Amino acid sequence: MAEIVLMRNFDRPDSHTLTAYRNASGYTAWTKAQTMEPAVLVDEVKKSNLRGLGGAGFPTGMKWSFIPKAHTGPVYLVVNADEGEPGTFKDRYLLEHDPHALIEGMLITARAIRSTLGFVYIRGEYVQPWRRFSAAVKEAYDAGLLGQGFEVVIHRGAGAYICGEETGLLSSLEGKKGWPKIKPPFPAIKGAFGQPTIVNNVETLCCVPPIIQHGAAWFAGLGTKTQGGTRMYSMSGRVKKPGVYEASVSITLRQLIEKAGGVSGTGRLKGVVPGGGSAAILTADEIDVTMDVDGLKNAGTMVGSAGVIVMDESVSIPEALFVLARFYAHESCGQCTPCRESTGWIEKMVHRILEGHGRKDDLDTILDVAKRGGGTTICAFYDGAIGPYISYIEKFRSEFEALCRA
Amino acid sequence: MSGATPISNGPPAARAGHADPATTNRAEHAAPAPIKFSAEQLAEVRRLQGLYPDKRGALLPVLHMAQDTFGYISLETEAYVAGLFELPPAHVHEVVTFYTLYFQQPKGRHVIAVCHNLSCHLAGAQDILRHLETRLGIRRGETSEDGRVTLQAVECLCACEAAPMAQVNDRYELNLTSEKCDRILQDLR
Repeated sequence: MAEIVLMRNFDRPDSHTLTAYRNASGYTAWTKAQTMEPAVLVDEVKKSNLRGLGGAGFPTGMKWSFIPKAHTGPVYLVVNADEGEPGTFKDRYLLEHDPHALIEGMLITARAIRSTLGFVYIRGEYVQPWRRFSAAVKEAYDAGLLGQGFEVVIHRGAGAYICGEETGLLSSLEGKKGWPKIKPPFPAIKGAFGQPTIVNNVETLCCVPPIIQHGAAWFAGLGTKTQGGTRMYSMSGRVKKPGVYEASVSITLRQLIEKAGGVSGTGRLKGVVPGGGSAAILTADEIDVTMDVDGLKNAGTMVGSAGVIVMDESVSIPEALFVLARFYAHESCGQCTPCRESTGWIEKMVHRILEGHGRKDDLDTILDVAKRGGGTTICAFYDGAIGPYISYIEKFRSEFEALCRA
Repeated sequence: MSGATPISNGPPAARAGHADPATTNRAEHAAPAPIKFSAEQLAEVRRLQGLYPDKRGALLPVLHMAQDTFGYISLETEAYVAGLFELPPAHVHEVVTFYTLYFQQPKGRHVIAVCHNLSCHLAGAQDILRHLETRLGIRRGETSEDGRVTLQAVECLCACEAAPMAQVNDRYELNLTSEKCDRILQDLR
C-alpha cells in the first residue's frame, strides 16, 4: 500500500486553513526544525534523496548546499509556482488544498539556507490558488509563524510559460521580460537581484516538512535507490478517471494508467506522454517503466513534472504534435535564434502536413532541424520542444507519411 | 508568435468599438479618463516597491494594478508607469509586450480564454472554441461588437483533469460542453 504524503490533508474539511493544518499536526516539523542546525537540515534533505519535482529532477539538498558558505549578504528563497507544463496541475491542488504545507516547507528551507526573505511566484492565471495562498500567508503572519525572521512576498506572473524556467522566473521577478539567463553563474551563486537564491518547486518544498518530521531514511525508503519519496501525478487525456494521484516514484507507468481507471475512448492505448508536454512520447509497449527520474531517463524520455497525458488509438499523433508545436512556437521567448526560428518553422511544417500539403522529406527536415538545435540554447526550453518533435515522428512515422503527398 | 490558428492577446481596436489611443488624436474624445493613480493607489505602488530589494521588482504587480484600473495598458499608461519606476518607457513596453495577460488594446468587459493545449484538444477544445465563435459572432482573438466578450484560445491553464476548460475572467470553468458555454454566456452581462 503506497503511502500518502503530499495529499494527506486534501480530504480534511477546510484543509486550506491554519486550524485544519494545525489539527493535522501541521507546523510540528517546523518546531522540530528550529532545534536543528541549518547544516543538519541540508544534510537530512540530502539523505532523503528528494529530487526537484518541477521538472529537472535535481537533488534538492545538493542544490541547497551550493549557497556559498562565506556569503554574508542576503539569500533568497524563491518558490516556483508558475505551473504551466502542458498536462500538469498538481501545484494548483497544493496551493488550493494545503497552502500551509508550502509555508511550513518554506520556513524550514529558509532556515536551512539562512534566508530571511522568500518570494512565491504564482502564475498570473492562477487567481483562485493565489487568493487561497495569500489568505494562508496572512494567517501565518497573524499567528507569528511568518514575520519572525522570515518574510514572504507573493508575486503574480503575467502569462509566459518560460517564466517556469528558473532563471526566466528570476528575470520576471526582477521586473523584466522573462528571458532566461546564461548559467553559470547558477542562481545559488548569483540569483534574484544578484544575490544567492534557491529556486524550488511548490511540490518539492511540500516534501520538506514530512522529511524533517519522519526522517530522511523513511522518505528515501518510499522511493527508489536514487530518488526518495512519493509524488503527485497529473493524469489527463484519454483515461477514465483523470485527476491527481499520489504514488511512490517507483510506480510503473502501466500501474499509474490503471490507477486512473485505464484507457478511455477506444480502450486501446496508442501512446503516453509521461512527464508533461516536453517529454518524449512512449508507445503502448513502452509503459512498463518506473516513474522515477532515472527510470524514465533510461527509457529515453523524462518524468519532468509528472504530467501524464494518455492517448488512445483514435488519437491522431500528427495532430497532437501540431498542438504542441503551436505551443512551443507561441511560448519561445525569442532570445536564442535556434529556438525562436525552429519552433516557428516546425509548427508551419507540421501544419502543412496536417493540411495534406506535406512531403515525406519534410519529416527528415523537421528531424534534422530539431536535432541540430539541441543543446545550443541558453535554457532547456528548446531541448524540451525537440522531445516531442523527434519522438512523435520517429515512433509514429507512418501516420505522418500517410498524410504526405509524396 | 506565429500560428496557423491566430493567437492574439488583444482584440483589434476596430472590433472592440474603441479607438486605439496610440494612433488617435486624444482631443477628439469627450473627456478621456486621465491616466493617473489615486493617492491611495500611489501609496500601494510605494508599498509594493518596498517589498523588493530593487523596486523594479514591483513592475509586474503595478502593471496588473494599472490594467485593473485603466482597462488595458496603452502607451500612455506605459509611460506613466515608467515614470513611477524611473525607467525608460521602452523598458515597460518590452515587459508589457512579453506577457500574454497584459492587453495593449481595449478588451471586452469579459474575457473567455479557452485552453487549446493537448489535454483540452483531446477533449474537444476546438469544438468549444467553434461553438463560442458561432454564438458570439466573432473569431478567437476578437471582441464582440458590443464590447461584451473577448474570446481567446490560450495555452495550457493546468486544469487538464477537467478538460475541456476555459478561464472566464477570474474563474476556471471546467468540463465544458456547448450547453455549459451557453449558460456561462448568459451570465456575462
